[in-house]
Amino acid sequence: MSKSHTVSVTVNGKRYERQVEPRALLSDFLRHDLGLTGTHVGCEHGVCGACTILFDGQPIRSCLTFAVQANGHAITTVEGLARSQHELHPIQQAFWEAHGLQCGFCTPGILMTIVPFLEENPHPSETEIREAISGNLCRCTGYQHIVDAVKLAAEKYAKRDA
Amino acid sequence: MTRYARRDMKPSSFEYLAPDSLESALASMAQYGSDAKLLAGGQSLVPAMNFRVAQPALLVDLNGLAELDTIRQSDDGELRIGAMTRQRRLERDPLVAQFAPLLHEAMPHVAHPQIRNRGTLGGSLAHADPAAELPVVTVALGARFRAQSADGQRWIAAGQFFHGLFTTDLTPEEILVEVALPALAPRTGWSFMEVARRHGDYALMGVAAWVTLDERGICQQARLVYLNAGDGPVDARQAAQLLQGETPSPASIEAAAAIASENEMAPVGNVHASVAYQRHLARVLTRRALMQAFERAETDGG
Repeated sequence: MSKSHTVSVTVNGKRYERQVEPRALLSDFLRHDLGLTGTHVGCEHGVCGACTILFDGQPIRSCLTFAVQANGHAITTVEGLARSQHELHPIQQAFWEAHGLQCGFCTPGILMTIVPFLEENPHPSETEIREAISGNLCRCTGYQHIVDAVKLAAEKYAKRDA
Repeated sequence: MTRYARRDMKPSSFEYLAPDSLESALASMAQYGSDAKLLAGGQSLVPAMNFRVAQPALLVDLNGLAELDTIRQSDDGELRIGAMTRQRRLERDPLVAQFAPLLHEAMPHVAHPQIRNRGTLGGSLAHADPAAELPVVTVALGARFRAQSADGQRWIAAGQFFHGLFTTDLTPEEILVEVALPALAPRTGWSFMEVARRHGDYALMGVAAWVTLDERGICQQARLVYLNAGDGPVDARQAAQLLQGETPSPASIEAAAAIASENEMAPVGNVHASVAYQRHLARVLTRRALMQAFERAETDGG
């Protein structure tokens, strides 16, 4: 086994320090070392988008980054979205209301893609929405209800900010 | 340390160095050479490691080198871009949009935002995937690459840099540190077009067109470079030659498209596209890209 490294990382506002082997992927680190199993792993080679997280505020594939590279960085996972157990994030609420998920496996990755997308582009067209989620595979919905959910989320944002 | 089940470790074991200066990265490469692999954005290397197609003994992580994350214009109008500049930054940078519009136009086709947030310019070039957009764009632009080693530095023309499938002119001790894009000449037009099954997927065929007209509207210089059309960026010189010295016309455009797609490329086909279909796409895309590029050149980039 190669030499382990110390990783000091902020995840959802909480500071963690762990020893990791360099080859530990960030996705596995979040799930196995920190117990944050909301980040899903599907293909593990950067195609499906299920493991999307925010790295210093930008969406990335956590299966294509080593945990050791997160040292000193801030991460947000799907667990960091809802303010409490009883109150969903507006985008989660929109997915709930518009049936934007069936089995839910791809949902965390899609949510973590959509959160920064709507912050940058609060009034997206349908084409822009479809482009934004083009890096996330869903095998249940046929995407239509996901697109509807993103539109609904945008409306919720607009109302909230009005 | 958490105990992982064996199945939970995708890549094979490696040592990891995260140098905080280019000098120290170069020293590591001088010491370890081909045992070491440079880690830039990791968006191609890490998948290869997850499949264990790549099993480097040592990774030298360049992500701590802020000195390689730069975009600036030199006094002679060249755009100088550090190799560790993220693709997402290239996509959004106003200097790139203004002075390297072909690169700006190609960027949204490079995979997905989640990939571009990590992926770098230098990483994509050094990886030399024949299906990638950035090698094609740099060849079309006549870019130059600066490679550095502990012994010194050298400049390599983009046209000489790509040797074939995933191979480049770089030696194991060298690091690609900077890309220089030539200044934009007046009456220059450009176009980047590709066909992919879904936005962000690897394209079945793609073309970068780069043309310059003289004051009388005669084509002075033309370049047509293709992705997924051979074992590296395919520079269709005969087609470009047909256009040079002529006033652009539907006939010359059609002739260039025909010769490029039939004589100058060697696409290999895949499950989604036969060779004949790839050639068909190349012909149609060339026609459209040249029309757009000449139109832009006539309106001076407008």
